[in-house]
Amino acid sequence: MLAQVEIRERSGESCIARNDFCPGWIVDNFDRYTDPLVEHVFLTVAAVACGFAIAFALAMLARRQRWLVGPIVGITGVLYTLPSLAVFFLLLPITGRGTTTALIALTAYTLQILFRNIVTGLDNVPADARDAGLGMGLTDRQLLWRVELPLALPDIVAGLRIATTTTVGLATLAVFAGAGGLGEQIVTGSNITFKTGVVAAGGLAVLLALALDVVLLTVQRLLTPWRRAQPA
Amino acid sequence: MSGEAAARSASTAAPVEFRHATKRYRGQAEDALEDLSLSVNAGEICVLVGPSGCGKTTALRLVNRMIELTDGDILIDAASIRTRAPAELRRHIGYVIQQIGLFPHLTIGDNVGVVPRLLGWDRRRILRRVEELLELVSLPADMRDRFPAQLSGGQRQRVGVARALAADPPLMLMDEPFGAVDPINRERLQNQFLRLQSEIRKTILFVTHDIDEAIKMGDRVAVMQKGGVLAQYAPPAELLMSPVNDFVEDFVGADRALKRLSLIRVRDVDLWQAPPARVGEPTAAVRARIAAADLPHPLVVDAEGRPRGWMSERDLARETVPERPDSAPDPLIDADGVLRDALSDLLQSDTQYGPVVDGRGRAAGVLSVEIISHFLSSPEATEQTTDPAARATT
Amino acid sequence: MTDLRLAFLSDFADALDFIFNTREAQTGGVEVGGLAEVLDFTWEHVKISAVATGIACGVAIPVGLGLGHAGKGELLAISISNVGRAVPSLALIAFFVAYLGVGFTNVTLALVLLALPPILTNTYVGVRQVDRDVIDAGRGMGLRPDQVVRRIELPLALPSIFGGIRTSAVNVVATATIAPLAGVLTLGDYILSANVYGQDGRLAGAMLVALLAIAVELFFAAMQRLAVPRGLALQQPAG
Repeated sequence: MLAQVEIRERSGESCIARNDFCPGWIVDNFDRYTDPLVEHVFLTVAAVACGFAIAFALAMLARRQRWLVGPIVGITGVLYTLPSLAVFFLLLPITGRGTTTALIALTAYTLQILFRNIVTGLDNVPADARDAGLGMGLTDRQLLWRVELPLALPDIVAGLRIATTTTVGLATLAVFAGAGGLGEQIVTGSNITFKTGVVAAGGLAVLLALALDVVLLTVQRLLTPWRRAQPA
Repeated sequence: MSGEAAARSASTAAPVEFRHATKRYRGQAEDALEDLSLSVNAGEICVLVGPSGCGKTTALRLVNRMIELTDGDILIDAASIRTRAPAELRRHIGYVIQQIGLFPHLTIGDNVGVVPRLLGWDRRRILRRVEELLELVSLPADMRDRFPAQLSGGQRQRVGVARALAADPPLMLMDEPFGAVDPINRERLQNQFLRLQSEIRKTILFVTHDIDEAIKMGDRVAVMQKGGVLAQYAPPAELLMSPVNDFVEDFVGADRALKRLSLIRVRDVDLWQAPPARVGEPTAAVRARIAAADLPHPLVVDAEGRPRGWMSERDLARETVPERPDSAPDPLIDADGVLRDALSDLLQSDTQYGPVVDGRGRAAGVLSVEIISHFLSSPEATEQTTDPAARATT
Repeated sequence: MTDLRLAFLSDFADALDFIFNTREAQTGGVEVGGLAEVLDFTWEHVKISAVATGIACGVAIPVGLGLGHAGKGELLAISISNVGRAVPSLALIAFFVAYLGVGFTNVTLALVLLALPPILTNTYVGVRQVDRDVIDAGRGMGLRPDQVVRRIELPLALPSIFGGIRTSAVNVVATATIAPLAGVLTLGDYILSANVYGQDGRLAGAMLVALLAIAVELFFAAMQRLAVPRGLALQQPAG
């Protein structure tokens, strides 16, 4: 109740009193969203980065021992299926409330898509390029870093893009784990009925997801100049 | 480039010896390669040919340790391959495969420079070498910054060869290198490669399933049978004239006489001379030359000596030699090609003769079906030109 | 160290107890917990998820089949999927609550919107991936366009379609967890109203939701396997 009165007093518009959508209010009160936005970005980037590190390590293992691919996809699949909200509270007795718990859950969620895409990307490297590379005297390690990974980049980045957009969406739930984020502006108090606020917070999340997607796509384009070359 | 590079290369070619080389796979009844023993002299092309399953590719891949020997040894320049680490060994062996395997994400220049970079050459040296090599395989210098996807199949093939030559290896392994290209371009690539080899003189192990290619390309040919067994190892002429068993005889084919034509290069043959006619010359001068020539039709050439066409009676009736004569000069016959390919070109164009051109497209005489059939009927003529040393040099 | 480990094990034990035995609410007065209540919430959860997924199928599959058959709207199909992924489920529910108020219908609507993209995209892609030669043969034999869709494209696209339904169903079940915010009491209520149900209730809710999600996933994985026409299954390797 108090929060709502506070809002009305701040902007002094009757638009808010009617609980309509008021873009003006968003501009006036944008500083409410800066901290949650920063938290949100941090949660997303950290979760995807950790997820990528783990998925990459698993992919390197599975590269040598192919039989591992099935079990890893299965286990990461279970992690993907578990609703993150449930995971927050399943972790609660073990890791307590806070950012760590949220990060663990969000990271776990990204593992399957990242792992699969890294493996697919590496599998899609043309066999003749690999044969020629080894035949020319590249060691296995050199082959991996100089030939296979560059060629696998498009698939890997595709995975990163999917993981990033889904994580932005999920991070809105991080508020339930006590980790802040844009969800805080939707769920706390009576915010859920506050139209302008919901649109603002939700809209920011969508914009953030799209922005990160564009960034990743641009990075991919920059790193893969050969794909732009027109065939003869 | 030719002189000094050739001198350098000739001194770096290494002889290869297979000593009872055997490859056995677990659980398989037949050996992939059984007790192969043969020697390849430095600077020679040894072709391994046979039906699928005969072990020719296995033998090739044993040399650079892409497959490991079960028994026996392989010596490069008298040193066993077993004494060197695989990756290090491979950096000193050129490797060309059928699908080429260019790296799609690297420019042509970077592709060619892969092995020099592995060997630690500095940037400038690599750039110079790439330039040299592109010229060697007759590709334009600006191709260096293009990507493989932008090249045609034939161009990619040539880049593959250039890449294999980059570190100036003493030995080259080639596994059906021209197999993925259409027949017309394949002929061209084979001729270009033979021209190249005459300059650089590397030791080459060449695998093919095509007996005609084997006869055309090889200084010595190893015919292999199923089960990895060597049937006969001899110069191509000997294979054609004295096949050692039924298998070799069948594999070489019933048309041995025609195949002999693959042994003879166009430039080694006595060509006819057509009365030359330069564009813009008065036709009176041309008419005067007809009597002394081997055929009555003048061949028009441009300022650089490239054939423009044959002059008809109507052309001769004009004042000066026209730029575009009535008859096209096709088919143009590559001087570095073999008689067999030339015969097929002539027959396809339904003509009796065609102008012979060198590597730069300049006219060097006229080849006719008559000259070729002369070789079919006189064995002494074939024997004259089957000496490998004589055949390879120009 | 041992204390810590024992501590969380006992937390899970308490949660299990909550599921099977009733107890007094934290806020006092009412009885909460126990199998009857759990089953009620589970049913509510399953009901709203099934309805939403069902409606989404009813809309997305025909549209996907139509677009896929015509070969049009590829950009649309892919973009819908991308945008759909970017919209947080919480924001979607909140949006519907803010604009349409609380209630079963409103929440269902939100869940339908959430479920549409994966089913639409997978149906579209599934149809596009059908071997062109097979379709050609069908048309050559005299099948009308709608027959081509029903007898060739749909059966061959089924594995892909079921993959999409599976993804959507799991997403919907996960999102239905926050439906209590909109007045629909699903298993999520145990988590969101911990002040009533207590820590044990909250943990129990989390466990139940997790199990339900896995059950749904396994169910649809099995359906997907069954949906593959026998001939196709023999052609391709499993998985």
